[in-house]
Amino acid sequence: MVKRKLLISTLGLALVACGGQDQNAGQVSETGRPFETVLLEKLIEAEPGDVIEIPEGKFSFNQSLSLMVDGVTIRGAGHDKSILSFKDQVAGAEGILVTASDFTIEDLAIEDTTGDALKVNGGENIVIRGLRVEWTNGPATENGAYGLYPVQTKNVLMEDNIAIGASDAGIYVGQSQNIVIRNNRVEYNVAGIEVENSIGADVYGNVATNNTGGILVFNMPNLPQPGYGTRVFDNDVFANNTQNFAHEGSAVAGIPTGTGILINSNDQIEIFNNRIADNDTANVIISSLYTAGYVDKAVQDTFDAYPEAIWIYQNEFQGGGAKPDGEAFEAIRVGLFGPEGRLPDVFFDGYVDESKFVDGEWAADQRICVSDEGVDLLNIDAPNGFAAPRVESELYRCTLNALPEISLAFLN
Amino acid sequence: MRISFSLALLCALFVSACTDAPSAPMPTYFAEETPSNLSEWGQVTIEDRALALGADVAPYDLNTALFTDYAHKLRTIWMPEGVAATYKEETVFDFPVGAVITKTFYYPQAASGLADEVALTEISGELFDGAHLPLKRVKLIETRVLVNRAEGWEALSYRWNKEQTDATLLKTGDILPLTLVSADGAKEPFNYIVPNVNQCASCHATDSNTREIWPIGPKARHLNRDFDYPHGANNQLAHLQTVGYLTGVPGVDTAPKNAAWDDASAGIEALARSYLDINCSHCHSPVGPADTSGLFLEPHTIGPNLGLCKLPIAAGAGTGNRFWGIKPGDPEGSILWYRLNNTKPDVMMPEIGRSTIHDEGVALIAAWISQMDGECE
Repeated sequence: MVKRKLLISTLGLALVACGGQDQNAGQVSETGRPFETVLLEKLIEAEPGDVIEIPEGKFSFNQSLSLMVDGVTIRGAGHDKSILSFKDQVAGAEGILVTASDFTIEDLAIEDTTGDALKVNGGENIVIRGLRVEWTNGPATENGAYGLYPVQTKNVLMEDNIAIGASDAGIYVGQSQNIVIRNNRVEYNVAGIEVENSIGADVYGNVATNNTGGILVFNMPNLPQPGYGTRVFDNDVFANNTQNFAHEGSAVAGIPTGTGILINSNDQIEIFNNRIADNDTANVIISSLYTAGYVDKAVQDTFDAYPEAIWIYQNEFQGGGAKPDGEAFEAIRVGLFGPEGRLPDVFFDGYVDESKFVDGEWAADQRICVSDEGVDLLNIDAPNGFAAPRVESELYRCTLNALPEISLAFLN
Repeated sequence: MRISFSLALLCALFVSACTDAPSAPMPTYFAEETPSNLSEWGQVTIEDRALALGADVAPYDLNTALFTDYAHKLRTIWMPEGVAATYKEETVFDFPVGAVITKTFYYPQAASGLADEVALTEISGELFDGAHLPLKRVKLIETRVLVNRAEGWEALSYRWNKEQTDATLLKTGDILPLTLVSADGAKEPFNYIVPNVNQCASCHATDSNTREIWPIGPKARHLNRDFDYPHGANNQLAHLQTVGYLTGVPGVDTAPKNAAWDDASAGIEALARSYLDINCSHCHSPVGPADTSGLFLEPHTIGPNLGLCKLPIAAGAGTGNRFWGIKPGDPEGSILWYRLNNTKPDVMMPEIGRSTIHDEGVALIAAWISQMDGECE
């Protein structure tokens, strides 16, 4: 039964591929029923190998869509042509919920979901490509939290997507492994791109602008998997100065408006070859969960809140730090750099785990390194209530071993 | 064997039942095909203007039930001849292939008699006499069927027709606008949502790694209580063992037991944990789909994983501008309370299965959090 169906869909694909003219190949012309209903059925009755085509047009849904079958592709005609609108949604916490492996979704738009736009919960070999996820009213606290949201996944590619207006992160990957996030454009989100509690991520070729924070690498407590091993390179991260519009209490609510790249409580990070400019608080922030206002009590004993093994090199910095978010940071700016001055490119909150020191010093492989002369690091001395903020770039002139490239073997 | 036993019992205790019993439908296990009409399953059927049970179909209740927009629920278990489920202490019983579990959602009729108005009442099951549910007093909405086939459990939903004569299979779900009418006449319009097949799985795929469908209710701690059977009250675990549906039951005094929702003597702690268990823990467990949150609401969870002074992970609007899952002593400052006391799709918990607020459940959780000591900051 399954075999026969697979054969038929393969034949169908072959025909389309040969003929190349039937634009509505995926849209069964069943008795004039609305495509919304047809799509719901196709998702429920999908079988491995199916390609579900979304034709050109704008389709409206009042409930979440979901897919639970492995090996399915959902394919539209383009992110400005095939539009799934959830403006009238009355039920469901996301636009599309996927709990399946070997899943590909490409070339369509998901608009105005009440919660997350696309959530992929669990599964391996996930490709999210050429999507536009957007809250069309622009940045607003009442927008859904995440645009693209794979969580607890393995082997993930997100490329050529556009995410606009998320009240948390436009593109987010959480508690996952082996991730490539490349060539996306993220604008007017609280966080443009966020990698959280994930192991092994390459984030490159992206444009992050007009977010509150451009690219974030986070670790949060009380989760089974602490993250490490993220490379952020060849990105354009500029003018992320949109006033923070996150819900209080969410992890990103503490991001200072005007943040380029933010590392929080995560380890083994490389930031290189990026063009980072005009982010009003700082082009790069390295911080601990402690500065985010959280205390030990909320955190499991084993949680390591200290950012360690971070290497920043060969980036092009321009502007930034001229209008930091919050009175404390502004006082530091004026106090240390004068009324016309700006904060240095790298901004460190100063939380250090001295219990890990060897002979009173960082272990060589645990250091924070800003290796390029001319790129300054400001330690704001947050552990002592900003008592002695200071530029101490020379203490951070070091290098680390390069992290390995992420490869996604399933694509080959 | 099973049939003759129960018939004998029925005859001995209820002479009138004897005349009905022979006409009770014969339940059927469909190993592959899925019938379009609920009546073909023979688990529940309409007889003499009442919903009646098929032969040897055992009704059961839970100590505390999942809230579904104040719907009342008639739950049943049936198995083919010669097989039985095996008792498990903590998890769902190990059911044999062929087992069929049903849950019929219904409301008491509103005084107005209007088709889209239903009565909001305490969910006590009093309209069910142990064998029949009189149609003149209730409106049947849907019957959900869980069938254990060789390849695993499958979840189906059948929607009752207007005439209330049968229910038909509905794979893509539906939204039914209804109005709840309180005893004082207050009206609350809401959308009753009949789940589609995937939505069934969003609760019943309780292990996010295997993504297999499982029942949720038939665990020892939920079933360990009395039920008013036609021949008299008995403990459900004992009864299921007696009729041959369950083996390996230890003494009912030693089996785990959640607090019954209406047992004030159980204390707020036990009532609240029982409520969170049945309403939340099928997702909020270390293997459930909500394990991404780090919040686990099974009966024995403690500390931050229970939500105590726990930071949200990816709650979005669900934080309601609050910092902690549970802020001891401050229910309204707790995300747990906020999400239960909400109907916005991106805020409310559970994420699906209700369109209204369970005021009594929210009050219980509020009372529980109020009595907690401690500080988060």
